[in-house]
Formats: sequence, structure tokens, C-alpha cells
Amino acid sequence: MSTFVAFLVRLLTGLQARWLDIEPVDRQRIYFANHSSTLDAAALWAALPENLRTKTRPVAARDYWTTSALRRWLAHRIFRALLIERKKVTAENNPLSDMLAALDAGESLIIFPEGGRFSGPEPQRFKGGLYHLAKDRPAVELVPVYLENLNRILPKGEFLAVPLMGSLTLGAPLRLEPGETKQAFLERAREAVWNLRLT
Amino acid sequence: MKLTLDQETIWLVGGVIAGLILASLVGWLLARRPASAATAVTVANLNARTRAWWVMVAIFVLAILSGGIGSVVLFGLTSFLALREFVTMTPTRPGDHRTLFWVFFLITPIQYWLVATSWYGLFAIFIPVYAFLFIPLRSALSGDCRGFLERTATIQWALMICVYCVSHAPALLTLDIPGFAGQNGKLLFFFVLVVQASDVLQYIWGKTCGKHPIAPGVSPNKTWEGFVGGIASATLLGTALWWATPFTPWQAAAMSLAITLMGFAGGLVMSAIKRDRGVKDYGSLIPGHGGVMDRMDSLCFSAPVFFHLTRYFFTL
Repeated sequence: MSTFVAFLVRLLTGLQARWLDIEPVDRQRIYFANHSSTLDAAALWAALPENLRTKTRPVAARDYWTTSALRRWLAHRIFRALLIERKKVTAENNPLSDMLAALDAGESLIIFPEGGRFSGPEPQRFKGGLYHLAKDRPAVELVPVYLENLNRILPKGEFLAVPLMGSLTLGAPLRLEPGETKQAFLERAREAVWNLRLT
Repeated sequence: MKLTLDQETIWLVGGVIAGLILASLVGWLLARRPASAATAVTVANLNARTRAWWVMVAIFVLAILSGGIGSVVLFGLTSFLALREFVTMTPTRPGDHRTLFWVFFLITPIQYWLVATSWYGLFAIFIPVYAFLFIPLRSALSGDCRGFLERTATIQWALMICVYCVSHAPALLTLDIPGFAGQNGKLLFFFVLVVQASDVLQYIWGKTCGKHPIAPGVSPNKTWEGFVGGIASATLLGTALWWATPFTPWQAAAMSLAITLMGFAGGLVMSAIKRDRGVKDYGSLIPGHGGVMDRMDSLCFSAPVFFHLTRYFFTL
């Protein structure tokens, strides 16, 4: 069923993933991308080859994806999303500990460090989660991903999709340099994503 | 829209397949001989194109043989894909989102349904009149006025080129030509063959003897030698196929000339648009050729002209 949904998403978005300076091999990774449409997580998830897709979980907001039966079904059965708390974060339902637990179980993750959907062309300042993940699990590859046109296919707030062609570019993995500050790292990661549009 | 499978259709299909076999053979021989890096790239591109041609011919032949409705559906899907490439490439804003939904999922199918039901009176004016007026209205209702005129014009252009013009190809099947009833499939086949052959021949002539560019600012590959050689040889080909059409040899020559000249015009205009948008190809769906629009650019200018010339001179 997941394979069929992935096929449908690729059909709708005409998506062809471009892997630049990186191979679609089976390594534990955190894919981080710019965010402007509901379709983003689905598109990146669908663009991965099957053997990677079954081990990769998109990280999504619990408050958005549990509001209806359809969303719950999509999040749990199809995407196998890792739902995290966004609004009322406490020590128990900390998104970071949820993500670290998933990484320890051998899963790869898809995250959107901007923290929400933004409609400007350039990505907003990245939130701190990526830095903490990089620091606590240095063995995991961090892959920048640039998504384009998905917000023209399904803009924020719209229900109907227009079948334009989206594009998805994955770049060379990053690693947290020793002694690099949080600000510097997050800015470097953000620029890595933004620069992929030029390729 | 009943089409008969007769001797002449078999000859047409057989001829095209023979041509493809020849092209594949030549490509295979060229690839075997060691050559410089530059020619090796050209040969590889040639072979990719030939492979894509096999697929396109197979799909087209199946559509024609399945009768009228198969051809209408095929061109409908082609329009849809071309529209998708065109709109992706041009700037539209969130205010156009609902308008675009209408364009893709309502206006396009309705146009092809009108062709399928042979409703000439409406399919000839549905897009230039009704869709033309509806599109700016729907976008205006969304409230976003930034670049309004450009956005509206762009969407209307997309609809005219990718849907309206292309739909005049399967519309050939709706023409009531005395003495040619049920044989319009051959006319459609003839038309597509001459248009695409003109493209291929212009390319071949250009690659072998091209020296003087026609419009280097628009398309560096279009040369006078390619143009004259391609147009002349494609017109000769069309003339030689007069037996598959309701035309006499002279009429077939005149029609082929019209088709090939309009095809060239279409290719030039669509190149100008690509230049403006800064892209090399409209898409990458067809290996060796680019996108669907790259294959349809000649057809979209020649289809309406050929349709109306045939309608004016050869129908009751």
C-alpha cells in the first residue's frame, strides 16, 4: 500500500530526485529540507528508493496529523511518521528524545528544521533540533535536500492539487565540525540547502 | 468516428517502421566504429532519440488502430503533460491556484470531449472565447493583483498552445471529407508523420551541412541549410504520400509545405519562450528529446492551420 501511495505522489508531482555528490545507499541518515507545503514530507519520502523508504520516517507534528481519521491513517500506516509534540513540550514528550530513540532503533529521519511551512523562496533560520541531533549522534549522515515547486502543487491552506512538476535535489552530507557553534552550524546547514537550488 | 483498417494504412505504418529499423541500424553501425569524443556524444544522443521514437510510434500506431477515441485520448494525455511542463516553467502565483485547477481538470477534458463528440461549433471557440474570459475572472476573484496581466496572459497562452492547438490534430478525425469517409485516420497519420519528419530532417540537414544560423539569439541550432533542406525533403515526403490522403499530388505538396513551414514557426517560437525562461528543454520525460512540449512544438502551430485548410478546401 505504501508503495502505491509513493507511486501516486511521484505521479502527481512528476518528481525526479537528483542525487548530487551522494548515493542512495543504505546508510543511517537525517534528511533535512526546506518546508513550504504539506506535500514536502510525502514527496521526499516517495522519492527515496524502496529499500531506503522502509527505513526512513518523516518527523511530523502530532497536533496536525491526529486531527482526522484520514490523517492518522496516513501518518501511521502509510508514512510511518514519527509524531512529535510541537505545542506543549515537556520533559516526557520531548521531540528530541523521541527522535534520538528512533535513531537508536536504526531508523533514518526526515526533518524540516524551519519548524513550519513558509512561503518565501529562501529558507528561514533553522531551529536548534538539527544541531542537537548532530551533536548527540555524530555517526549519522546529515543530508541537505532542496524541494522546489511543491508549494505550487499544493499550497498551504489548499485542498486541491495542481499537477505541476516538482523538483527535489539531495546534496553532499554534512557533519558537525569539532568546536563549531550552534549558530554557525545551523547557518551552514541552511545555506547548504539553499545553495542546492543553483545546481 | 469509425476508422477502417485498409491497405494504405498498413503501407503507412509499415513505411514508418521500415524507416525506424533503418535509423536503428545506422545508429548501431555508427556506434560501433571508434570515433572522436564529440561524435560519440552525437551518436549516443541519436540512438537515444531513435529509441524514444520507437516508443512514440508504437503508442501512436496503437492509438490510430484502436479507432478515433484512442487517438483523442492519446492527444488529450499529451496536452495534459505538455500543459504541465509549460505551466511549471512560467511564473504563476498562489492567486492562480484555483484557476489552474480549472485549466487542468475541467477545461482540458472538456475540450477533448468536444473533439470526441465532433462538436465543431464549440470546440473551435470554447478556449478562445469562454476559457479566455473565465481565466482572468477566476484569478481576479482570488484577489491577488500582482503581475495580474502577465499571469493571465501566461495561463491563456499555455491553454492555447498545449490544449487548443494540439486538439486540432485529433480533430482531423471529425472532418467530413467526401469520398474519404472512415479513412481520416490516414490523414492524421499523414499529418503527424510530415510534421515530425520535418523536425528530424531539419535536424539531420542542420547537423550535416548547417553553416548560417537563422536566429542565433533564439536557437543556435537552426541554420538556413537545415531549414531549406529539411522543409524541402519533408515536403517531398508529404507529396510522395498523396495516395494516403484525399489530396492530389500537387495538393499534397502544397499542404506539406504549409505544415512544414508552420512547424518551423512553432519550433522557433517555443525556443524563444525557452530562452526567455532560461531553460534548455521543457522537461525530461523523453530521453534524448527533452519534454513532451519539445516534441509537440512544431505540431501545435501546424495542427490548427492544416485542420482549417483541409476543412475549407476539402469538406462540404
